[in-house]
Amino acid sequence: MYAFTYHQPNDVAAAVALLDEDAKLLAGGQTLLPTMKQRLASPASIVDLGKIGELSGISREGETIVIGAMTRHADVAANAAVHQAIPALAALAGGIGDPHVRNRGTIGGSLANNDPAADYPAAVLALGATIVTNKRELAAEAFFHGLFETALGEGEIIVKVRFPIPQKAAYQKFRNPASRFALVGVFVTQTKGGARVAVTGAGASGVFRVNALEAALGASFAAAALKDATVPAEGLNTDMHADAAYRAHLIVVLARRAVAAAG
Amino acid sequence: MSATGIGASVKRTEDIRFITGKGHYTDDINRHGQAYAYFLRSPHAHATINKIDASAALKAPGVVAIFTGDDIAADKVGGLICGWMIHSKDGSPMKAGAHPALAQGKVRYVGDHVAVVIADTYAQAREAGEKIVVDYGVLPAATDTATTAKPGAPQVHDVAPNNTVYNWHIGDKAATDAAFAAAAHVTKLDLINNRLIPNAMEPRAAVGEYDSGTDALTLYTTSQNPHVARLVLSAFIGIAPEHKLRVIAPDVGGGFGSKIFIYAEETVCVWAAKKIDRPVKWTADRTEAFLSDAHGRDHVTHAELALDVGGKITGLRVHTIANLGAYLSTFSSSVPTYLYGLLLSGQYNIPAIYCEVDAVYTNTAPVDAYRGAGRPEATFVVERIVEIAARQLGRDPGEFRRANFVTSFPHQTPVILAYDAGNYGGALDKALALADYKGIGARKAASAAKGKLRGIGFSAYIEACGLAPSAAVGSLGAGVGLWESAEVRVNPIGTVEVLTGSHSHGQGHETTFAQLVSQRLGIPFENVSIVHGDTDKVQMGMGTYGSRSGAVGMSAVSKALDKIEAKAKKVAGHVLEASEQDIEFKDGKFTVKGTDKAIDFASVALQAYIAHKFNGQELEPGLKETAFWDPTNFTFPAGVHICELEIDPETGVTTIDRWTAVDDFGALINPMIVEGQVHGGVAQGIGQAMLEGAVYNGDGQLLTASFMDYCMPRADDLPSFRVETIETRCPSNPLGIKGCGEAGAIAAPPAVINAITDAVGHEDVAMPATAQVIWRAAQKAILKRAAE
Ligand SMILES: Cc1cc2nc3c(=O)[nH]c(=O)nc-3n(C[C@H](O)[C@H](O)[C@H](O)COP(=O)(O)OP(=O)(O)OC[C@H]3O[C@@H](n4cnc5c(N)ncnc54)[C@H](O)[C@@H]3O)c2cc1C
Repeated sequence: MYAFTYHQPNDVAAAVALLDEDAKLLAGGQTLLPTMKQRLASPASIVDLGKIGELSGISREGETIVIGAMTRHADVAANAAVHQAIPALAALAGGIGDPHVRNRGTIGGSLANNDPAADYPAAVLALGATIVTNKRELAAEAFFHGLFETALGEGEIIVKVRFPIPQKAAYQKFRNPASRFALVGVFVTQTKGGARVAVTGAGASGVFRVNALEAALGASFAAAALKDATVPAEGLNTDMHADAAYRAHLIVVLARRAVAAAG
Repeated sequence: MSATGIGASVKRTEDIRFITGKGHYTDDINRHGQAYAYFLRSPHAHATINKIDASAALKAPGVVAIFTGDDIAADKVGGLICGWMIHSKDGSPMKAGAHPALAQGKVRYVGDHVAVVIADTYAQAREAGEKIVVDYGVLPAATDTATTAKPGAPQVHDVAPNNTVYNWHIGDKAATDAAFAAAAHVTKLDLINNRLIPNAMEPRAAVGEYDSGTDALTLYTTSQNPHVARLVLSAFIGIAPEHKLRVIAPDVGGGFGSKIFIYAEETVCVWAAKKIDRPVKWTADRTEAFLSDAHGRDHVTHAELALDVGGKITGLRVHTIANLGAYLSTFSSSVPTYLYGLLLSGQYNIPAIYCEVDAVYTNTAPVDAYRGAGRPEATFVVERIVEIAARQLGRDPGEFRRANFVTSFPHQTPVILAYDAGNYGGALDKALALADYKGIGARKAASAAKGKLRGIGFSAYIEACGLAPSAAVGSLGAGVGLWESAEVRVNPIGTVEVLTGSHSHGQGHETTFAQLVSQRLGIPFENVSIVHGDTDKVQMGMGTYGSRSGAVGMSAVSKALDKIEAKAKKVAGHVLEASEQDIEFKDGKFTVKGTDKAIDFASVALQAYIAHKFNGQELEPGLKETAFWDPTNFTFPAGVHICELEIDPETGVTTIDRWTAVDDFGALINPMIVEGQVHGGVAQGIGQAMLEGAVYNGDGQLLTASFMDYCMPRADDLPSFRVETIETRCPSNPLGIKGCGEAGAIAAPPAVINAITDAVGHEDVAMPATAQVIWRAAQKAILKRAAE
């Protein structure tokens, strides 16, 4: 790790004031610190969000669940309101990494990082969540921009995420056996507006929705509706762990299983 | 059996310190004034080094020195060695390219050592390392085992045309050809034994220290065999004469073979310590471990099995290409030859065997012994092809094996080894019963009813352990003998220290060796301590690998104990005023035959040292004996493992449902430790079969250079194991021990693959059999069935 200056501001405004192009926000550090240790990142200063109380916490506001950016995966997994309103989201958070990672990693860090194999992006996209920053509100579709890229601009900090409560939802994760990230993860939801299917781990340019599966489920939200469905392999990842054809196949299998699990 | 003697499951003494964080590993050692080494490694798999410019780095803060290969060569320090000479079929010696500790003129794999930066802190050394400018002339790389020897491939070493180290063979070609000419059925198999990365929990580390007052060097290092390290560093590399070089291997956190070898890093640390007259420390990070620890396996093999009309095996023909990486590591040449070809008879009566091995260089990390070392590769060939033959002939795989088992001993195989004792049918019977083999049909039907595929796979393995009779291995090319030493020091109050040339890096010697002593001398287990891992304390020894510590190391202790007993009887005779011949020793007491005169062991020890009761000119005072044990044969652990698993054909996800192991390890010193060894070995074998595999791309970059991409088995990947034993004592050592350390890793891979192929109904399943591989195989099988 290279030397850097460490800041620990007490509110968002102070954090923003510390941000320049050589500064990095530090949330749970589960991605940033390993990258720095491997000397792949060398920020001149680190702005630790850990002391900013307003960034943490979970609440239910009418028909939405609101999760602060600094909320740890373990807290989402254990939260009663999340369990009651969107159990699939609690289960997803409880399936991220290992206990160490869940006790440090945050939803804001995960979304800002937008790892193409991360779990939260699938939930955010399938649930039609809104990402609230210090500057604006972004719909999920507008937030994710391909591999490790997001709409976040200079001096922009994720403050919280608002999840509309769906009628039904479920997440199925097929783990990469080594990293235990998603080799393929499929999040399905049913809302008044219809069905959504969001896929992580498989897309060559990150998380995406599968229109054909959504259409089939819109007509009938049942596993049987996907009985003969297929997803093309084009645009999917091929790497040493799995090729595009296998991933395409898994998307359909996991979507079917998710719908069945959503009840 | 006493509560702490031979055969008791005594809890491991050493675990107290390991579990409470009181272990003392190489990285825990810090010497006054110590500096830190950072190794600048090649980012290229194959390149000439045109120029190294360290001028900016030398000016960086904290830098003490920067050395390159030229500096080492200027000091007349030699390169790293391979200690086992293999000759090709044409009689020519193997073609070993030079292996400098720091590269000279050329780098040959990603991770190869270009320069060492020594600074006051590790961070400074690393930072300075990034300031070294190396002008590389990047060359195309040879990375593929199967094709590296083909004309036109990039050449790794000029001395080895076609990247070929040797073309070795063993067995009788004419007899084997005749067996195939007369065969009623021939089974053929092409397979790849996947490359593995050892990943001991503790990464390699070294601290070199120089004492200018005595002109002596000390090397603390993560070694499985500190004396061998000293011998090589002294006699071959030329660091210092042995009496001026002390090698200490303190607590070592796992080795699995990878810490047998003498690597560049420890060589450089101890050499540089004298150069700069300051201790030099290096600890690998995990990436360095992936890149530069010697890897394991990596074979491409074609095998053929000849059978007569009755299904008796009449011949086996094997051709293997073995990838040894970019340089010959310390024992690499022996692994795909004498530790491989000699095991190809398996548990079977095979009249004719012929095996050819082409060992090849590639621009990849060196490959050497890894848990099992050659024997897993041989077992994979034998147990896969035997299974396939049984299926092709429509025979039950268990009964087919039984019909071909060796049943009378000793048994001379056509590939040198003479099996001394075993009961292969007995192990099979017990395994079949424990695995409820009779119920497999019903269990398969139950799985099918759920849309799942269930398969069962056998592995009847044999291994040669207890390495090894020195003269025999010498005749096969070994540069050293493979005996072991022990010194038993009885203290005046009757407590005992055993100094063993074996080394414990997880095996539990401090417990098992003490059990032997406690039993033999009839003294409390707590009164025995085991000393190992320090060349200044312990007499020359050969270390721990090849499941040899029990069979060879403890045999040396046993022999020393014989001498202790004989001497103590003499002392007891004087004290009890009886003739030595009339003294009997049992349960820690010396008695005079036919009388009630007795003295306990501790009192005899005291008498031996105070020496008042005997003439010190006729009988030497003291009670301390040394023994060297040279085995007369290898030992032959063997057993049957049965894997039963269930596959979800929709995803390929496979769950091992039952694992049954019945092993014959001869006599067991500590059954709990033995069971632990089997668990660990099977876990590694399942890892090889389903999860692990090193992947280099065509440029020679290691794609699996972290745990994010290289999949080590974890607890939730594994079933609960059913581990049982049978016992035929080993006739060639005094304790009847065969060895158990590698069996699981040897047995498991074919059991898994045989089970998967049984479930999916065809043979095309490569290791690691990931869910994707199994899904494809299941899909093919389903399509084939639909077409029929
Ligand atoms: C061993 C391991 C296993 C893992 N397994 C999984 C898994 O299975 N599934 C999964 O989804 N993830 C997994 N992760 C990732 C982990 O869960 C975290 O989500 C991820 O590391 C990022 O979150 P963090 O809080 O640690 O962010 P950090 O590492 O602190 O930051 C990541 C990036 O986000 C930026 N950032 C952080 N917070 C904000 C904010 N509020 N606003 C704007 N930018 C911000 C930082 O500047 C940085 O660039 C794993 C990580 C590890 C180490």
